[in-house]
This record gives sequence, structure tokens and C-alpha cells, in this order.
Amino acid sequence: MMAPLLLEGSMFYFILNRLAQALLVMAVVSAISFSLFNFVGDPVNNMVGQDATREQRIEIRQQLGLDDPILVQYQRFMLNVAQGDFGLSYRIKQPVSQLILERLPATLELVFASAVIAVLIGIVLGVYTGIRRYSWVSKIIMSVSLIGVSLPTFIIGIGLIYLFAVHLRWLPSSGRAGVIELGGWKTSLLTIDGWRSIILPAVTLSLFQLTMILRLVRAEMLEVMRSDYIKFARARGLANRAIHFGHALRNTLVPVITIIGLNIGGLIAYSVITETVFQWPGTGLMFIQAVDFVDVPIMAAYLIFVALLFVVINLIVDILYFVVDPRIRRGGS
Amino acid sequence: MTNLLEINNLSVDFPSRRGQVSAVKKVSIGVAKGEVLGLVGESGAGKSTVGNSVINLLEPPGHISGGEIIFDGMRIDQLSNEEMRKIRGAKIGTIFQDPQTSLNPLMTIGKQLSETLIETLRISGASAREKSIELLESVGIPYPETRLDAYPHQFSGGMRQRVVIALALAGDPDLIIADEPTTALDVSIQKQILDLIKSLCKQRNLGVIIVTHDIGVIAEIADRVAVMYNGQLVEQGKVTQVLQKPKHDYTKSLISAVPSGDQKLNRFTVVDYIDGSEEKVSMKNVGDHWLSKNKTSKTHDIAVLVKNLSIEFSIKKALFRKNRIFLKAVDDVSIEIMTGESFGLVGESGSGKSTLARLIAGLYKPKSGDIQIFGHNVLQKSEKTKTSLIRRKMQMIFQDPYSSLNSRMTVEDIVSEPIRFHRSTGNAIETATVVRDLISFVGMPSTSLKKYPHEFSGGQRQRISIARALASRPEILICDEPTSALDVSVQANILNLLKDLQEELNLTMLFISHDLPVIRQMCDRVAVMQNGRICEIAETDKLFDHPKHEYSKHLLGLMPRMDLFRL
Repeated sequence: MMAPLLLEGSMFYFILNRLAQALLVMAVVSAISFSLFNFVGDPVNNMVGQDATREQRIEIRQQLGLDDPILVQYQRFMLNVAQGDFGLSYRIKQPVSQLILERLPATLELVFASAVIAVLIGIVLGVYTGIRRYSWVSKIIMSVSLIGVSLPTFIIGIGLIYLFAVHLRWLPSSGRAGVIELGGWKTSLLTIDGWRSIILPAVTLSLFQLTMILRLVRAEMLEVMRSDYIKFARARGLANRAIHFGHALRNTLVPVITIIGLNIGGLIAYSVITETVFQWPGTGLMFIQAVDFVDVPIMAAYLIFVALLFVVINLIVDILYFVVDPRIRRGGS
Repeated sequence: MTNLLEINNLSVDFPSRRGQVSAVKKVSIGVAKGEVLGLVGESGAGKSTVGNSVINLLEPPGHISGGEIIFDGMRIDQLSNEEMRKIRGAKIGTIFQDPQTSLNPLMTIGKQLSETLIETLRISGASAREKSIELLESVGIPYPETRLDAYPHQFSGGMRQRVVIALALAGDPDLIIADEPTTALDVSIQKQILDLIKSLCKQRNLGVIIVTHDIGVIAEIADRVAVMYNGQLVEQGKVTQVLQKPKHDYTKSLISAVPSGDQKLNRFTVVDYIDGSEEKVSMKNVGDHWLSKNKTSKTHDIAVLVKNLSIEFSIKKALFRKNRIFLKAVDDVSIEIMTGESFGLVGESGSGKSTLARLIAGLYKPKSGDIQIFGHNVLQKSEKTKTSLIRRKMQMIFQDPYSSLNSRMTVEDIVSEPIRFHRSTGNAIETATVVRDLISFVGMPSTSLKKYPHEFSGGQRQRISIARALASRPEILICDEPTSALDVSVQANILNLLKDLQEELNLTMLFISHDLPVIRQMCDRVAVMQNGRICEIAETDKLFDHPKHEYSKHLLGLMPRMDLFRL
């Protein structure tokens, strides 16, 4: 029984719909990042010395095309962006896309490591505290999790550095060590030094998301455990394991997936702070440095890049949602 | 005769802050194989608690505080959780009230069936699949092989309840406890499900306990009946004996409170056994009261005129219009409601009766057609102010008294809000007096003004809803299943109240219900709806005695067999 491709309820229509929305979001974000060029100060001031002559300034303006009409500039910007060309960094005078690509592995590995920590530990502890609601272990977990929610990332980072790097001297305090080149991708996940250096920043970055996921899973779990189908599953004589993991957990995950998706985007956004605290050579650190120097091409490219990540992650989440919850794929049979 | 299940002197306590609450007090009942025992009572009577204690699934902190439960010659009330789990499903199956919520929405029914089969019968996956098909077939689901991979939401309510029954039967139990198995279903489906349970009971020689508040269900299916009131067993015996010659006063009044579909009475019989259930309504000089002023209805004979009204809801969206699918919820409907009349609207769920009411109340916009209220076309945009004045003359009372009152407002605020909004009194002092009067008109003490909705029972809340509706000085009252969430005894009071108010205030009433006996008692004329269309409009007595349309006959045929206990 094939559903017609363009009907709502078919996977194809669903993805097409989401893709159209994603394109719209990207168009809006690129317009905003383009406007940075015109509203965040005059880049020429930052590029030339104090004693540059008026002619030199005009020449640079012409080179950068800053005197063309706005729409012409915008068209040029969009065409370049579509080809992956974000222009030259004002400060380093290198192509922005190359700079981002160089630093991307560091950020992605950091985000990946902390997402794994947050999701795994968050779900496990959330399920545990949801099922054993009144045990003292749950109470301790819930109290400690308050710290994760309420402390700002940089304080946690500095605290961890003090404890594990300065006081105990177990782990390095900053930087990314043990980097190996693997087919154009610089990874630090293959050496012990690399692992040692990623632990602290990854834990710091994950802590907030971990506690969010923990609390969300727990709340959803409590809700689901009260539902009629859990009671009916008990009345059918199913074992606790089947009820908790076969029935309850899957229903819990439906809303949790959405939040996790949004939060992985959040991890990338928060990585700016973590990378600064740990001097982690990723895109976040590069962005902060770019802001200091009003390096607009990097800022604009970073904005577009983060938006793209958010959009892609959300698209994946929507598709996952579609896979997990049969009620969304209507029309099937 | 040794019974399959024997409950002796069972007591269940729920400790709370205010001390112990005894939900069940020394109840003794028994069920034999091949027998259906009906456990009947109103909400809070403790009947579900009895069912839950048998399978040891009491909501904490509830616990069995006395007595014993003997199943198949073995005491089961003291078993450990793990031992009890082996009895649940394998020996005692359970059916819950709402098939919408008792199945896991994310799992195919085939998977839910086979996991239960594998757990209870210890069989392999392959034979579980075979057995699942057999089970689905035995509960009357067509083409079971193709339905195994379907998810619960792909079944209708009645079919879903059949799946639930198949699941309850999966472990091949000897006893089935069915807790309000048909309350969430339409009358026609209710009959099918009850017939199914009855025939399964005979075929498989099962003991069945049906827990219900509905005497109609008991009359339909039970062999013996036990009546519970306030945690106690007041009477038990053969169904014909208990229903025809009830011994206990509570049973008598409970039976007499069931509205009759056979003849029209002046008032609903009230369950007088329950203390203080009927507060006397005193509405003296209501003609001079604030409520009766400012009437527009006197000059018009027709209160509501609906002409060729239609509305569609899209149930499948698509890029191209030809691929879209619409559901005609109301399809070319025309009705006339006379001023001061009680107009009934019956039909099964999905027939469009609530949608029609909402269209008239202005909550939906129709696709085509006309609505005139007191001769004024309310769909014309040009006369917006006048329309809103007319709309005020129309108020709605909803089905669920729990969700239709704002839980963060006091009763006084709830009732006075429409008055303050419309500025229909001169000053705050007058508003306070009017609110006080309204509350006493609906039979509530004035002490309730400062309380919040959660402090009241369902029936009391529905009275508050009525007071709130009256506060707009309506001349047309739309009641959408106003009593279907309530117990019979409470239902009788609310319906009597509505009748009194209608008489005193000369209200026009549009009364929606799926309950035919209630319609017969309440309404002057009735319209029967099916699939968004009106099948028949007739005077109530004519419709009930000589229905013309096939569907009306079908509906009337589904009325519970009240003749069994009407003498």
C-alpha cells in the first residue's frame, strides 16, 4: 500500500515541508549576518593604521566593494556564501571558510563528547530517579542536579580546573593536546593526551544539558508511569523490566528527543564560553577573538554556520520524531 | 458451590493527612466460573477499589487493612509482588475503562499481544504470533493477520476495546475484572462489547466481574449483582431479584433515578437516600428579578433559525486541493427552535451534534448557510455590535465540569465575571447581590462564594457552571451533554434544576445528549443526527413511540432494557 508521495503523512512530503522551512530560516539568518557588514562599525578603520591617507582608505573600500549599492553587495554576498566563500578575514587576511574548517574538528569533537555525556548520563539518571522516586540516592541526585542547573558554565569550568588541574594535577588545565591528522580531520580522540585534555571541557560543557535532560526524563517518566497503559501492562503480568524499558522509556523519549535536539544546538552556542575558559582552539574561541577585532566576515560566517547546524539538527530531530511516534505518520496503512 | 473468587470482609484504607479514609468496608462477594457479577455503585462507592485490590494494584498509599481474598482455593491478598505478578494476566485478566489510554501508543498491537503471551504462557515468538491472530479473531477483529502491525491509533474506539479484551484474555485467565468497560463507548458499540464479554464468559467458562455505575449495563449482562454505597456492600443477589425487588433503600432509589425512556414524567426521580442531595431551589418573584429584565425574546416566536448550515474539517492536508480530504461534520442542516422550547439533539459520537451546537454558539465559522437568532442574522459582518449583543443572549453549559471552570478563581469571581464584563448591573453592591441570588437559585449555599472549584463535587461544579451561564442573562441555553460526566443521582438533580430554571425564566434550550431517556424527559422536540445530517425531527413522544427514520429506530433499539426492572 503505497501512499501517494505528496500526501501529508508520507515521509517525503514531511521532509520536503521541513526543508522548505529550513531554507526560509537560512535566508533570514544570512540576511541578518549580511547586515552585520553595514551596521557593526567601519571595517576599514580596523584594517588600516591611524596614519593611513584618505586615498588608501578609499582604495580599500573599493577593493572590498563597500561603495556598491546595498542590494548589489547582498547579491554578491549570497552568491559567494552559496559557494562556501565567506570572504577574507579582516584581521588574519585568510579565507574565512578555510579558518572555520580548520577549527571545526576541535569544536565538533568537544560538542560530540559532551552530547554523549549529557545524553547517556542524563537519561540513565533520569530513568533511575523516575522509577525509584523515593530512594535516598534519587534525592541526592536531584539535589546535586540543582547545582548543574543553577551554576554558570564558566564558574563550573574554573572550579574543575582548580580541582583537577591545579590541586590534584590529574588533567591539563587548558588547550588541546595529542592531535593527530586523519585524512584532513585533526582529531584528538585517538591519543591518551587528547582524551585527557578533552575531559574537563567536555564535562563542563555537558553539565547544564545533562541536568536538563535528567530532570526532563524524570518528569516525563513520572508522568508516563501514572498512565493507564502502564497500569494495564502491570495488570497483564508483564515484568518490571519490560514495563520500565519496553513501555515507559520509549514514551518518555518522544518529548525528550525534541529537547535534546535543541540542546545540542545549545551546546555549540555555549561552547563559546567553555572554549574561552579552557583555551580550546575551536570555532567558539575564534568567534570571541573575531568579536574583539570586529572581524565581520568571521562573525557573519559563524552566525550562518551555527544557524545551519541548528537547522540540520532540527531536521534530524523531526525525522527521528517521525520514526519514534507512529501517530505522526498518519495515512500509512 | 465453591466460588472461583471469594472475597471475605475486605477492607481497604487510604491513609491521608486528615486520618484514615476507609474506601472499602468489610465487603464480601464471590464469583463462580461462567458467571458475570455486576458490581454497581456511584463514583466514590469503592467499587473500583475492590477490583484493584484483587489484582493487588491499589494506588499507594492505599492498602488492604482487613479480610481475605481467595482465588481458586488460594489466598492471594498476602502474596508478594513477584508472586502476584504471575497471577496477573495468567490467572486474572483486567479490562480498563478507556481503550484510548490503556494501550501503549508507540507499540503495534501485535507486539503488545505477543509480549504478553510470551510472558504469561512462556511460548516462543513464532507461536505467539499465531496465538495473537487467534485471539484477535476470537474478539471479533476482522482480518487479524493484517492488523497485527497496526498501532492503537489506527483502530476505532470499539475495536480498540476489543484489542484490550484480547490482551486481557492472552494469558488464558480464569477470571476477568472489567472496570467500566463500556463507559467511554457509544451505545451501539457498548452493546457489541457487552455481548462479546458475555459470550466469552460462557465459551471459556470464565468468571467475570463487571464494575460499573450504569444500571443499564448490569441489566444487560450480569447474572448476579452487588450494590455498593459509600464503601459498603448494601445488597447482593440475582440480577432480576435485585433490580425488580430491591430490598435496600439505596438500591431502590438508585434504580428509580435511572431516567426512563418509556414514558414522560414531570420530574426526574431523585435518589433521596443520599443525604442532602436535593437542595430546595427557591425562586420566588423571579419575574421581578434582575434576571428577567432586558428580554428580547418576547417579540420573536423563533429563537434560533438554522438554514442549510454546513462545515467541513480537513482531515488530510495536501499540497493540491484535489488530494485533500474533508470531513463534513455538519452537512446541510436546517432547524428551527421556538422561543421557550426545549429542543433535543441526539446522535452517537461523531454525528456532529456538538459541532452544530458550537456553530450556533459562534465558536466555529460555518462554510455555508445561515444562522438567525431572534430574527437577526448573526453571520453578517456588517452588524457586529448588534451581533455581540445577541450572542450574549446565548450561553453554553459544557460537559466536563472539571475543566470548564477556572481553578484559580473563586466561585464569586467566576459568576460575577460576565456581569462585570457586560456592565449589566449599576454598581458593585448590586453585582454582589445578584451573584448571591444566582448561587442560591442553583441550590448552592452562599458560603460557597469564597471557595475555589476544586472544593466542590462534579454535580456542584455543574451548578456553578449554570450560575455562570445565567449571569449573562441568557435567553437561550445550549447544554452540551451537561450530565454525562455525572452520577445518576446527581444527574437527576441537575436536570431538575435546568427544568425549573427553564420554566421560571422561560428559557429556550438546546439540549444535546447521547442518552435517549434523558432526552425524552427533557425535551419537547428532538432532532436525530447521523454523520452530520439530520435524519428526523419530531415531537419527543412521537419519535419515541413511532420513529420514522431507520436510524432513529436503530438508536431506540439500543436503549438498555429498562423493562427488566420497571414494574
